This record gives sequence, structure tokens and C-alpha cells, in this order.
Amino acid sequence: MALLQISEPGGAPAGRVQHRRAAGIDLGTTNSLVATVMDGHARTLPDEAGRHLLPSVVRYAPDGSVAVGIEAQAASFEDPLNTVASVKRFMGRGLADVQTLGKRFPYEFAADGGGMVKIRTRAGERSPVEVSSEILKVLKGRAEKALDGPLEGVVITVPAYFDDAQRQATKDAARLAGLNVLRLLNEPTAAAVAYGLDKGAEGVHAVYDLGGGTFDISLLRFSRGVFEVLATAGDSALGGDDIDRIVAEWILAQAGFGGEAGHGVLRQVLHQAREAKEALTAAERVALEVQRPDGSLWEGVLDRETFTHLVAPLVERTLAPCRRVLRDAGIRREEIREVVMVGGSTRIPYVRERVGGFFACEPHVDIDPDKVVAIGAALQADVLIGNKPSDEMLLLDVVPLSLGIETMGGLVEKIIPRNTTIPVSRAQEFTTFKDGQTAMSIHVVQGERELVSDNRSLARFELRGIPPMAAGAARIQVTFQVDADGLLNVTARETSTGVASHIEIKPSYGLDESEIERMLKDSYAHAREDVARRRLREQQVEAERVMDALRAALAADGDRLLAPGERTEIEAALARLESLCREDDADAIKSAIEALDRVSTPFAARRMDDSIKRALAGQRLEEI
Amino acid sequence: MGITLTPAAAEHVKRFLAQRGRGEGIRLGVKTAGCSGLAYVLEVFDEAGPDDVIFEDQDVKVAVDPKSLVYLDGTELDYTREGLNEGFKFNNPNVKDSCGCGESFTV
Repeated sequence: MALLQISEPGGAPAGRVQHRRAAGIDLGTTNSLVATVMDGHARTLPDEAGRHLLPSVVRYAPDGSVAVGIEAQAASFEDPLNTVASVKRFMGRGLADVQTLGKRFPYEFAADGGGMVKIRTRAGERSPVEVSSEILKVLKGRAEKALDGPLEGVVITVPAYFDDAQRQATKDAARLAGLNVLRLLNEPTAAAVAYGLDKGAEGVHAVYDLGGGTFDISLLRFSRGVFEVLATAGDSALGGDDIDRIVAEWILAQAGFGGEAGHGVLRQVLHQAREAKEALTAAERVALEVQRPDGSLWEGVLDRETFTHLVAPLVERTLAPCRRVLRDAGIRREEIREVVMVGGSTRIPYVRERVGGFFACEPHVDIDPDKVVAIGAALQADVLIGNKPSDEMLLLDVVPLSLGIETMGGLVEKIIPRNTTIPVSRAQEFTTFKDGQTAMSIHVVQGERELVSDNRSLARFELRGIPPMAAGAARIQVTFQVDADGLLNVTARETSTGVASHIEIKPSYGLDESEIERMLKDSYAHAREDVARRRLREQQVEAERVMDALRAALAADGDRLLAPGERTEIEAALARLESLCREDDADAIKSAIEALDRVSTPFAARRMDDSIKRALAGQRLEEI
Repeated sequence: MGITLTPAAAEHVKRFLAQRGRGEGIRLGVKTAGCSGLAYVLEVFDEAGPDDVIFEDQDVKVAVDPKSLVYLDGTELDYTREGLNEGFKFNNPNVKDSCGCGESFTV
């Protein structure tokens, strides 16, 4: 008996868990971030200059190089046609869609035969997927440097309202950047995960995301370990930039500028406005100074009260979508359990106050609102890559009932045990039962019981073209793969020739909660008798195999190698086993197999000698 | 019947849990694997499932799911040293046969 060590729940032995490199990526409209879990803590990763946020701006420079981030952003004024910002808005969109976005973009678009829009740059036509992949490549580099090796998988966040085309485009961008996407995660869900709401109570949560240029509000229902997006609403042209603009206009008015503020002044004042806004999160008042066109200096003070007064109309505008999601989801305001704040603008005390007041609860603000989505994605990536024991994978979907295939004797061989989190892929090898068997019928079943007849049959398919071999010699690999959407793909492959056959099934189709519950309870209630039945079937199958082999041997060599008395003895034991096989005493069958084995051992030995003798006959010693 | 631990096993489990910093106790189970049918599972658990049967011996909690209990009832968990190896050993009265590699067993 091998000695065992205590394992972590769900598999890997404790202390021997190999840490795998995974990261979470917040691919934002304005800024992007990458985060990873190190020493049990999720943190975002900075560039060499210590900046965590990477502006989502890509520039195709004249020298053929590609710049991403601050450097590209700085060039956006001088080289607008070759500097792409906010590319996320074009992901998975055709030219017609972009034109209906209702905004003017400083790019030249090219239609792509009805497909995704392309942007004409000096480096040629670039699709949003290609542009996004440049951003991802930079983040990938950051993570691989921090983790000291290639990334094995990433979780990328997308807005909850992204459709299939937009999600697919995001996945394509990741593939182009050489990233293995474990899963796309909805941004509000990531924020909820960052705050550990997936380990808390069931209920409905609100995620309020006021970023640089967009506002989103999402309602999530958390139940049975899974987040479901109930409703989303927002304003794609409302964010921190608008606040900066309002404050800048106030400064200009105070300083006595008419409409004549030039471009340079405007940019300088906008910069001041942003700094003032950020300072007012902690400070009660900030001092300002602006140089007037005539050279004189304006000095003034912006206090929090005035600032609040300025931003109040904007904050008010975010509350309308909040009401709308509640109405869409049919949820009363009092039912919201937790509110999570995301996006830099939620640092503004007044925003927190208004949102808290609206939902009548204290919003979560402890995690840096710029980083919270990336952190949630990193936590999720860490779990998906397998660095966490599976019972901590609460948020994820799990296989509700075991999935397996039928083996000889109507027994079930479980391939994916129940409660395994998805996506998952498991393979097991099977072999042929009869000599010369060239086909195999694969019966996919679901359930916890030992016998196929007590489980739910999902599908059957056949693998043909197995080369004829002795029983047990063929190696058939059966792979069960369940993707993030719960779709099961079963593939059977004969390993020597590569012939394969597969089928796709939706195992949860037509199965409701109560039925799953019943199937589970049944398996507990019948545990003891299932064990007995399994043993019986196993012995019957084994007996069958032994009898088949012996009969074939008797037919081939029985007359030549056995004395009549010996043959009678073997045949008697064979007949006894055969009759016991029809009854249901596993132990009796087992001892009959052993008895048959004993009486036939000399015969088997003689056959062995005989075949060796024949193989060696006429050969010279040196040739062997 | 139930599940019991030898003093050596209990001591090692406690030491393991203390080192890990958290964990309610250990979970014993069986899974179908190996060449002879069934293999043992030995894990820590942080939270027992609703159907788990809990045993307690020498202040160590042992959780077993009802399906595994059929195969494990009466088992004594031991901790031994065999040559250079040391680890936990299941003294399971239900076992009829175990395969050569020691990985699996039948009942």
C-alpha cells in the first residue's frame, strides 16, 4: 500500500502546488491595466516609470515602430490620423455601426467588405483587433517581466453589454498578441470578485462604474456561486473628462477669459482642472493660478462646496440609468445588498455620497477604483489556471453531475467528476475487449450511480477504423472537454492511427435543479447496493474475458497440449464459472475464476513454452 | 464503526493543519482510478458539505461523503515510515485486494 500525504481540497498535494503564471487584464476604452496574484495578493503591475495605467492609445510612428501608452497619447495632437485612441469602441463593429456611434472620430475608416471596420494608418489598414493586440502585447510584456516567464493564461474583462462579435474580436486580439484566454469576464463581475462578493451572501449587487469617458451601471445577481448580469445601462459619453471640462470652464470664467482662450491655454487649464479635482478628494480647497492672455496672473481658490456644485448636474445624470436598470431588472432599490464603485471618478466624495444615498447603503471603495476590475480579473485568472484549490472557485460554473462513459458490463467510468469547475478537459485511455475489434461505441452518460441504467444517457457515437489487434492492445483515448458555456465535447481517438470521432452535447439541457438534486440523493441512498452491483458486474466482465480467452486457447491447442483428463477438468471449471455468471454472487464468481485459473495454469504454461519453441525452431542462436 | 486515527496519524494531521494555518479537518474518500478499481483521497477540508458524515477522533475532525463511507467504514488511518518514505496509510477492513503498484484497491 502506497503511503499518502494530505492534499489540498480538490487535488494537488499540499506544498507541491506549482504556481502557474496567470494575469488579469482590464482592456479599457481610456486606460488598460494588467494585474497578477503574487504571494496570495492581487496587484496591478507598473511600467518602468512606476505607472500602472497604460493609456489605451496606439500610434503607428513614421519610422515604422508602434508606440503604445503615454508616448502615443502625447503624439495624438500632432499625428491624429496615425494615433488610435478608444479603439475599444470599434471592436467587432462594421463601418455602418461606427457611423451610428454618433461621434466624429479623427480617423480615416475603410470598409472591409461588410466585416469589421478598418482604420487607415501609415502602417496600412489596421483593424481594431490589431490595434487592441498592440495594447495587449505591452501588458503581456509587463506581466511576463514581473512573473519572470511566459504567461500561461489570462482573463480579459469586457463590458457586460458586449455582444458575441465584440467578445470574439477581443479574443482574436488576445490570440494575435500571443495570449491564451482562459475566459472573458464581465467588468462588473470582475469588480465584484475583487471585493470578494463571490464569497459572500447570495443577492443582487450594483456596480457603479464612472470612468474617464464612459459611465456604466450594472446589476448582478449572485446565486449558487454564479454571477448573472441582470441589467446594464449607462452613458457612453459621460465621465471624468466631462468633469475636467466643467471645472476648466469655471476657471476660465473666473479668470475673466471670454471665448478667446486658445488651444494652448485650454490644455493648460484642463490640466489644472484635473489636478484640482483630484486634490479635492482629500483637501477642502485648492489654490489655482492661470496666466491671462495679457500676461497678468489670475489667482483663485476652488473649494469643495463649489466643486460639488459644479459636478452635481453630471452626477445627477448618472442616476437616471441607475433607476433604469432597477426598472429593467424588476428589482426594488432596497433589494440591492452591496454597491461596488469602479472608475477614477468615483473617488470624488460627492459621487460616493450621492450613490450611497441613492442605493441606501455604504458603497465599497477600499480598492483603488482604477484597478479594481484588473484585480478581479487577476483573482479569477489565478483560480482558472489552477493555482487555487477548486472549492475556492465559487464564482465559476461547475459540472452539476459527473460525466462519464459506459464500459463493459454496463458500468460507468466517470471522466469528469461532479463539481469540477469549468472549463475543464480530462482524458482517459480505454482499450478493446475482443480480439480484432475494429469499432467502439461510446456512450456518454451523466450521473452519480455506478450502473449506466441508473444514470442519464446523453449521447452515443461510434469510433470506427480501429486497426484489428488482440483484445486490450488498442489504445483509445477519450477526451471530455467542457467549455466555459457548459458545452461538452467528447472525442475518441485511436492513438496509433489517429482515427478520431467526436460529438458535442449540452449536458445541462433539459435538466433542472430538482432533478439534479434527486439524482444526487439517489446516489447516496443506493450507495451500498450500487457498490455490490458494480462488483458483480466487474466480476462478470472479468469472467467473460477469461472464458473467451480460454475457449480460444482450447480450440487452438487443446487437443495437442492437453491430456483428456486435464481437458475435462478445465471444461468442468469453465462450465461452473459460466453457470455462476448468471447468478448474482460476486464472491462466488471471483473464486470460480480463481479455480479456473488454477486448473488452466499448466495449460497456459505449456502453450507459452510451445510458442517459444516454435518461434525458436530453425533459428541459430546468434540470430536471436 | 466509523473512522479512527492512530495517535501518530492524529498528531501529523494536527501538525499539518497548524502549518497550513486554516482547515477544519481532513477528508477521506475514494475515487475510481488505478488498475484495481478504487483509490484513496486524503485532503484537508475548510467547510464540510451538507451530506458529509463527520467523525471526530483525538480532536481531529474527519469528513467522509456518504458514498465513500460505504468503502471506508471501519478504516483506521495510520501514519508510518517505510524505508525512506513516510506518510498516511489506510487500514481498511473492506479491502479485498490491492494492486501491485499500491495505488488502488478493490473491495
